[in-house]
Amino acid sequence: MNSGTDGFIVRGDNVTKRFERQKNDMITALDHVSFGAKPGALTALVGPDGAGKTTLLRLTAGLMHADEGTLTVLGLDAAKQPQAIQDRISYMPQRFGLYEDLSVQENLDLYADLHGVTREQRAERYPRLMEMTALAPFLDRLAGKLSGGMKQKLGLACTLVRSPELLLLDEPTVGVDPLSRRELWEIVSGLVENEGLSVVVSTSYMDEAERCAHVVVLHEGKVLASGAPEELKSHANGHSFFARSLQQTPARKLQAELIDRTDVIDAVPHGGHVRTVLREREPLSMADVTFEPTSPTLEDSLMMLLRGKTDVHPTANAALELSKKDSQDHFEVVIEVHDLVRKFGDFTAVNRTSFEVKRGEVFGLLGPNGAGKTTTFRMLCGLLPATSGNLKVAGADLRRARAEARQNIGYVAQKFSLYGDISVLENLQFFAGAYGLRNSHAARRIEWALENFELEQRANSTAGSLPGGFQRRLAMAAALLHEPAIVFLDEPTSGADPLARREFWRRIGSLADHGTTIVVTTHFMEEAEYCDRIMIQDAGTMLAIGTPEEVRNQAGSGGEPAHSMEEAFIGIVEQGRQRAQRQEHAA
Amino acid sequence: MIDQVHSQRLSWRRLRALTVKETRQLLRDRSNLMVGLFLPFVLILVFGYGLSFDIKNAPVAIVSQDTSPTAQDVIAGFYLSPYFTVTPLHSMAEAQRLMRSGKVEAIVYLQTDFSRRLAAGDASIQVLVNGVDANRARVLEGFAQGAISQWNVKRAAAGQNSALPAPAVQLETRLWFNEANTSTHFLVPGLIVLIMTLNGALLTSLVMAREWERGTLESLFVTPINTGELIASKLIPYFGVGLAGLAMCLLAGKFLFFVPIRGSLLLIVLISMLYLLVSLSLGLLISAATKNQFLASQIALIVSFLPALMLSGFIFDLRSVPVIVRAISTVLPPTYYVEALQTLFLAGNVPGLLIKDTAVLLTAAVLLFVLIRINTRKQLV
Repeated sequence: MNSGTDGFIVRGDNVTKRFERQKNDMITALDHVSFGAKPGALTALVGPDGAGKTTLLRLTAGLMHADEGTLTVLGLDAAKQPQAIQDRISYMPQRFGLYEDLSVQENLDLYADLHGVTREQRAERYPRLMEMTALAPFLDRLAGKLSGGMKQKLGLACTLVRSPELLLLDEPTVGVDPLSRRELWEIVSGLVENEGLSVVVSTSYMDEAERCAHVVVLHEGKVLASGAPEELKSHANGHSFFARSLQQTPARKLQAELIDRTDVIDAVPHGGHVRTVLREREPLSMADVTFEPTSPTLEDSLMMLLRGKTDVHPTANAALELSKKDSQDHFEVVIEVHDLVRKFGDFTAVNRTSFEVKRGEVFGLLGPNGAGKTTTFRMLCGLLPATSGNLKVAGADLRRARAEARQNIGYVAQKFSLYGDISVLENLQFFAGAYGLRNSHAARRIEWALENFELEQRANSTAGSLPGGFQRRLAMAAALLHEPAIVFLDEPTSGADPLARREFWRRIGSLADHGTTIVVTTHFMEEAEYCDRIMIQDAGTMLAIGTPEEVRNQAGSGGEPAHSMEEAFIGIVEQGRQRAQRQEHAA
Repeated sequence: MIDQVHSQRLSWRRLRALTVKETRQLLRDRSNLMVGLFLPFVLILVFGYGLSFDIKNAPVAIVSQDTSPTAQDVIAGFYLSPYFTVTPLHSMAEAQRLMRSGKVEAIVYLQTDFSRRLAAGDASIQVLVNGVDANRARVLEGFAQGAISQWNVKRAAAGQNSALPAPAVQLETRLWFNEANTSTHFLVPGLIVLIMTLNGALLTSLVMAREWERGTLESLFVTPINTGELIASKLIPYFGVGLAGLAMCLLAGKFLFFVPIRGSLLLIVLISMLYLLVSLSLGLLISAATKNQFLASQIALIVSFLPALMLSGFIFDLRSVPVIVRAISTVLPPTYYVEALQTLFLAGNVPGLLIKDTAVLLTAAVLLFVLIRINTRKQLV
């Protein structure tokens, strides 16, 4: 079979694509991009938001035409023969187009029919897809009623109803929990190893990119670097260290201190320490901090590449200017949850959950899709009444005085929930009014928000036209206008690139240091290390609660604590599920 | 391996798969069925029973100070008419009060010396009508005149002096095509137009936009389907819903409102199918062009339903509207469908008219198809 020219299955030469954002305002999504993907292997496209990953995949799928350059897919010109390409490839867009009002089986059949898969082929294919995705028990369920992870698996199954010559995946694991993420990757790498499938995947997870044979790093529409993961990692050789505090300073505090330094390229809390990338190959001399060399990760070298390109320090302006809250002691309990239960019909979404959060704590809620995180979260914010149990937020009983409690709460929803067609400034003005801030006070707070969230340049742009990162910043700024005592953030970093995530956590850290309590949900397990305490839920039940270190210890086997939060999470959830199964058998 | 299907040619298997999918979605979404089947049902009842231009039992005051049998005879004509409910009064002042308060719609005034003057040959009867609703007033005036002239004719036949100058020529009116002069006969064909438009444009206005909004098209595009199959699969299920609506209307027309069908039923069904195609295509075009469900449904309402209601000749006779409105209505497909249906129902098969209407609708359908093809390319942005 003809698999392309020069041994490449996809090959781009000087591909350029521009979009008209507004009248006479062109943005260049791809700027003379040249790259190649080899057959029978995994190729990853990585890069921050707006790097051009999705555009490149859409061009490859023949859904758009490049303005300049040529793109050859399976030996065919993508601009001239899109249909011929579409007949032979499979493509899973970021938001896979499942028909939510059709059942799992009906979705599969639709795609099988469209691809002309015969009855015999189906008899051979379906059982394997079911085995891979474990969707067999849910064939009659409507796709809309599946959890996020299962939806992604069904999307993948729909693209795999026949053997494509090339599979394109656009961020297949965004918003998917670690367990489902691992399962999805097992399916894809299995196909590559056993069937020699060619795959091009875009991702913002560097650990996923490390599993690929070839990685293309995109930044602002240009190819920053490309090569095998090992090759790319060598950029950071000798720059990676583990920083340890001798003073028992929490990793979060040490990380904040490190990342603000100009001689530090990157710092993230990891396993109780701080993984640090230094500008020089020498450890820093800091009092009470030791630096131990370690082998670099792909994320380390990506951060080096990005920082080499942009001089802007990721968190230079991210620490918020805040006035210290009244010197109330840090041990005051501000959220008190006792035996919280929420049922939907006879389905128990949250089952007898109890915990406390203290003033100035960063508290993380973790769990697989459908674990009850969002339900717990909504009850805490007073958006959803509890079926039973006690719930006190900032001293107010949420079952009685919801309005009172809300005065002290800031809420950042997972979806962008500001007004897209009015300007940044107008959005802030609206929220200042909604929270009842007086004129001069409102003006001061809006000025603070624009300055601290670096929104001054964009104050008059409509909110809907902002890039994703700015929208997230604006949403957070709006939620902080009335200086709430407690801030709730629902998956604030979902789909955000590494730079934006560093910036976000720096802001969160400075808020907590000034006495604001933070409750946050996340799918990025390494982000749990930024939290003072975390709680892991699955199937509505609380499985673990404590500091990241305590949770890692709990997850460990044979006295060895789990190495990473991700490992700990998977361990705890699997233990919990086994326990639940045993109890079911016993009963 | 994969069987290489030539995707540029229409594949029945793909068309069937897409149509089955579309039908399932249609059946599972209650709101579709509400608009498609329940709304027509409500419209039939509302328009059939609620909306009527007929006047029956209009309250009328009769002021007569003449107690002679002759005067009583005139008044009896009003009592016997099905169009009036009579309130006998003795003073004009009171009648005026009732008229002002809206309790009566007309006053019939016979002077004290009516019978004496009649004998002298110069009697007159005054009829005052509430003219706020000019159409209604004109109809009432006509009915009053009718009641009086009947009495006149009767008298003339008996060789006596009449109140009005005896007519030199006897007028004999006959209403053709709608002998019973009931507006339901005229409204039911219009109602079918309305329901075909509603079913077509409003339902399909959502379907393509929904696929854009939910991002399902992006996945669908990277399969061997071609745009022809996609468009056809959207039209087929809704064509079925439209036909169900048509059947409901025809049955209601025949068995609830007893509308006569003078022309061929087959022709009615065929031309309705053609119009349904026009209407569905219009909705689909709006949907494909706007890519936004809310916008599409608003536009569909404005460009299809309202013109079909106001400008097609369904309610307002196009011969009596301003030139500019008439000009607009000549480019609207529902105008021709209304004309064809009213002709087929009430007059019969009129070949010349039907050929013209069919030709116009066919042109519209082809034009819309071309526009949909242009607006539905397998391309993002």
